[in-house]
Amino acid sequence: MTINEIQESIAEEFSQFDDWMQRYELLIDQGRELPAINPEKKVKDYLIEGCQSKVWLYPEFDGKVIRFTADSDAIITRGIVSLLIRVLSGHTPKEIMEADLYFIDKIGLRQNLSPTRSNGLLSMVKQMKLYAIAYDARESAREE
Amino acid sequence: MADISKIRSDFPILSEKVYGKDLVYLDNGATTQKPQVVIDTLNEVLTKYNANIHRGVHHLSDVASEAYEQARETVRAFINAASTDEIIFTSGTTASINNIAFSFGERFIGSGDEIIISALEHHANIVPWQMLCERKGSVLKVIPMDDNGNLLIDGYRRLLNPSTRIVAVTQASNSLGIVTPIDEIIEEAHSHGIPVLVDGAQGIQHGVVDVRAMDCDFYVFSGHKVYGPTGIGVLYGRRKFLDQIPPWQGGGDMVKSVTFAKTVYNDLPFKFEAGTTNFPAAIGLAAALRYLDETGREEVAAIEGGLLDYATGRLLAIKGVRIYGTGKRKIPVISFLIDGIHQYDAGMILDKMGIAVRTGTHCAQPVMDRLGIDGTIRASLCFYNTRDEIDRLAEGIQKVIEMFS
Repeated sequence: MTINEIQESIAEEFSQFDDWMQRYELLIDQGRELPAINPEKKVKDYLIEGCQSKVWLYPEFDGKVIRFTADSDAIITRGIVSLLIRVLSGHTPKEIMEADLYFIDKIGLRQNLSPTRSNGLLSMVKQMKLYAIAYDARESAREE
Repeated sequence: MADISKIRSDFPILSEKVYGKDLVYLDNGATTQKPQVVIDTLNEVLTKYNANIHRGVHHLSDVASEAYEQARETVRAFINAASTDEIIFTSGTTASINNIAFSFGERFIGSGDEIIISALEHHANIVPWQMLCERKGSVLKVIPMDDNGNLLIDGYRRLLNPSTRIVAVTQASNSLGIVTPIDEIIEEAHSHGIPVLVDGAQGIQHGVVDVRAMDCDFYVFSGHKVYGPTGIGVLYGRRKFLDQIPPWQGGGDMVKSVTFAKTVYNDLPFKFEAGTTNFPAAIGLAAALRYLDETGREEVAAIEGGLLDYATGRLLAIKGVRIYGTGKRKIPVISFLIDGIHQYDAGMILDKMGIAVRTGTHCAQPVMDRLGIDGTIRASLCFYNTRDEIDRLAEGIQKVIEMFS
């Protein structure tokens, strides 16, 4: 699936619920499905700054696509990062760099997170894109 | 006994809805809501007599200056200072402490000298002193606390020595709610001739503060935590010290005469009020203090004591809830965690139920480190809260436990 197709299906899953409690429950369920991070990667190098809870994000690049694994000590944050991983993981650095993550607005995550909280969310997005930029630059350097 | 529905009707925001639910505001330690009289006062200043103070020859400037100086007198009376010369308006507690750390530091603190703070301090009463230590090569010492958040007086006594220049301690912990033994701390310091700064940010709103009875040398607080506007704070200083220490900031109004060769500083308290102060907020703060006095400060303390006991009982009755900070004397602040649930998760769900609490380290990271935790959920109450609201918090916690177990 393309990044936008995944975004659409997430938006559809969330649109079934009007009630914010139910949306949180869905987010919590998403958190439980988060691909497990290698425990050795839960170190300071992979810790994202700017979140109230701890978030570790680990990228792996196989020369074609980036796969992310992550963990957080807070379940709602796990849910948020698992959605981001669902959307971006397994795509090329270029696709990730260019992705417009409109699903965040569409499922009401942004409006429902206060600025400081959404900083956490935005820090995660920024970090994932930064990894994509770094891998992309490395690949271009190799091609030249 | 005060009429709680009357009190609540004085605060318009309390009838707001959040996500369609009645707001339960339990974040008073961060900032308090404003009574209508404060809102009206701000409005009145801005609509009727806004003009720069102490400068104009014109009517509006006179009215504003008069109201501003009247506000200073209201603050003086509220904390029972000896003179309005000892009341300096600042932008808040943080600015007040920075001012003293700089000015007192310039005059009295040198290399190898020691400053004592406590393990319970807010970052605002840690960082300015660390900056001073860096500047002067002085040393920061910390009064230790036990596992319940009570300061260890014996540990404090051991820290006092001939190199100690100042003691700066909070009146009550913002993160745990513990009231510190401030009288003992001051008495002990004074017996060694050492002055004491009291951080009253969490003390001023919960009872009667009398700086002369307390015998502190500096007392600081913020307007917005005592039902007044944001951007205004107070620095009380004993004249003996204010006369001796240099100003922190230079600018207009703090000078008598300025030439390129020499500047003569103004008299107290203006020496410490450089630039145009936030006079509308100062006048608003005075309205808040008058409101508290009319409600009755003993009455407020009694209501809050009752709410604290009730809330403590309700929370302890929930399996898995652990309260941090237990002592004989507390302000109505309850810091807690729920077994196996991250404070951020709990805070997010409580928010969705219209319950405003704070989660995290509460600008007191060393307290959390000392307790070996990442943060807590903090419910900070005040006299306009009700038992019904505490019941809603307890129900909210039950719901959080259901969702995350």
